[in-house]
Amino acid sequence: MPIATQFEYVKPADMDEALQVLAMYKEKARPLAGGTDLIVHLKEGFAKPEIVLDVKALKELSGLSLKNGVLRVGALVTFAELLESAAVKKNFPDLWEAAGTVASTGVRNRATLAGNICSAVPSADSAPPLLAHDAVVRLRSQAGERLVSIHEWFTGPKRTALGPDELVVSVEMAVPEKKFGACYMKLSRYDGEDLAQGGVEAAVFTDHNYRVAFCALGPVPARALKTESYLKGKKVTEQTVKQAGELLAGEISPITDIRSSREYRTHMARIMLGRALETAVSRLSGRGPKYGEGNIC
Amino acid sequence: MKKHPISFKLNGERVSIEVEPSDVLIDVLRDRLGIKSPKVGCDRGDCGTCTIIMDGRTVRSCLALAVEADGAELVTLEGANTSRKWTRKLQEKFHRKNAFQCGFCAPGIILSATELLEKNPKAGKHEIKEAIAGNLCRCTGYEPIVEAIEETVKGK
Ligand SMILES: Cc1cc2nc3c(=O)[nH]c(=O)nc-3n(C[C@@H](O)[C@@H](O)[C@H](O)COP(=O)(O)OP(=O)(O)OC[C@H]3O[C@@H](n4cnc5c(N)ncnc54)[C@H](O)[C@@H]3O)c2cc1C
Ligand code: FES
Ligand code: FES
Repeated sequence: MPIATQFEYVKPADMDEALQVLAMYKEKARPLAGGTDLIVHLKEGFAKPEIVLDVKALKELSGLSLKNGVLRVGALVTFAELLESAAVKKNFPDLWEAAGTVASTGVRNRATLAGNICSAVPSADSAPPLLAHDAVVRLRSQAGERLVSIHEWFTGPKRTALGPDELVVSVEMAVPEKKFGACYMKLSRYDGEDLAQGGVEAAVFTDHNYRVAFCALGPVPARALKTESYLKGKKVTEQTVKQAGELLAGEISPITDIRSSREYRTHMARIMLGRALETAVSRLSGRGPKYGEGNIC
Repeated sequence: MKKHPISFKLNGERVSIEVEPSDVLIDVLRDRLGIKSPKVGCDRGDCGTCTIIMDGRTVRSCLALAVEADGAELVTLEGANTSRKWTRKLQEKFHRKNAFQCGFCAPGIILSATELLEKNPKAGKHEIKEAIAGNLCRCTGYEPIVEAIEETVKGK
């Protein structure tokens, strides 16, 4: 299907030039990375830019590295590259696990993590691990650089803190000092390519601190802070799981849509939290299913 | 809009053409270059029938602008057949196992399987299912397809 919207295409190799285009055209220019969302939106007429700014030649946006205990995911890094990274698998196995649930190989080969959080749909699978590890998003505009915490990033469904003249340069997060076990549990209609009906991540640290984050269970992906503070210092037992599930049900605000109903999502959120907690605990102790296995509900 | 002169390698041969910024890669391949193995199924990323190999990885050609192919190396089933180690073997096995009915999904599935076996020549059932999870088939129920790939691995 041809794209009805007519636009100019530019692919600067120079960051200053790219930022200048954005400063001049603002909302009328749209950055293009892997295109797995943007090209669908162009075809369907949801996006009608005057300029498509292909960012794939910008060196500043590339590279996946782990330095001084900080993982830096350049804005051009694809989910396929995350999955191939031994450093990601070792230090952030939950991010690795979540990346493996995004779409399928042919999409992951182009889809970027940065594009995923820029599209900011409530079901973004990359969001729960980024929230669990307090990631920061590094942005650049002609005015300079700024950092936005992932907790302030998602401002509404498909809305973010990104300004119209800014580019995401990278997403960064510090490797936790304490050892942890985690699990990103995704609810989908079938085993294969499907958007999340709901997603819950649980991470447990050796000092019995917990992180709980979710997606597709509210207008934006978020942390479940009340659930976390209840769990703090406790062991995962049938009783604590039950209580934590009740708290989580109060922290989410799922909707009814084509994928499932509000009631079903709420019910499954409790179950997913229980499974994610149990899996996280068993992984921390070196047992339990390998990352990437047993995490689809 | 301003046309873009682009050039890329397609199945080993250099191609130079002019495209509009809004031209989609699959349309240029099929309608201007006569490459018919990638099919337009859903046209929005869901089905995998438009799969081609771009710079060594399978991608959805319905979700790429043609201008993005400038400087790239593209391989479709037409070329993979002679240039990639596993493609021909897969084709023969699929043929022998009767792994297709209408065949619309075949080029995409064979390229996805080619990419998998290039990375992991010992892939098991789980990896095979994962690798073709983004390729829909409305006819076969997948069983003969998975078996054909498994048998290609085993060299049966
Ligand atoms: C069939 C299919 C299945 C999918 N399944 C899933 C799934 O299971 N889970 C899931 O989470 N997602 C899924 N997705 C969506 C996922 O592929 C995208 O969200 C992807 O990660 C976006 O990255 P991209 O590089 O393709 O971005 P693009 O499509 O290029 O861009 C997306 C948005 O981000 C902006 N952008 C990109 N890079 C930058 C930058 N550096 N600075 C500023 N803005 C930028 C663009 O302007 C655009 O608004 C699926 C998509 C398809 C087609
Ligand atoms: S036609 Fe491209 S994925 Fe369906
Ligand atoms: S054989 Fe008909 S779609 Fe697969």
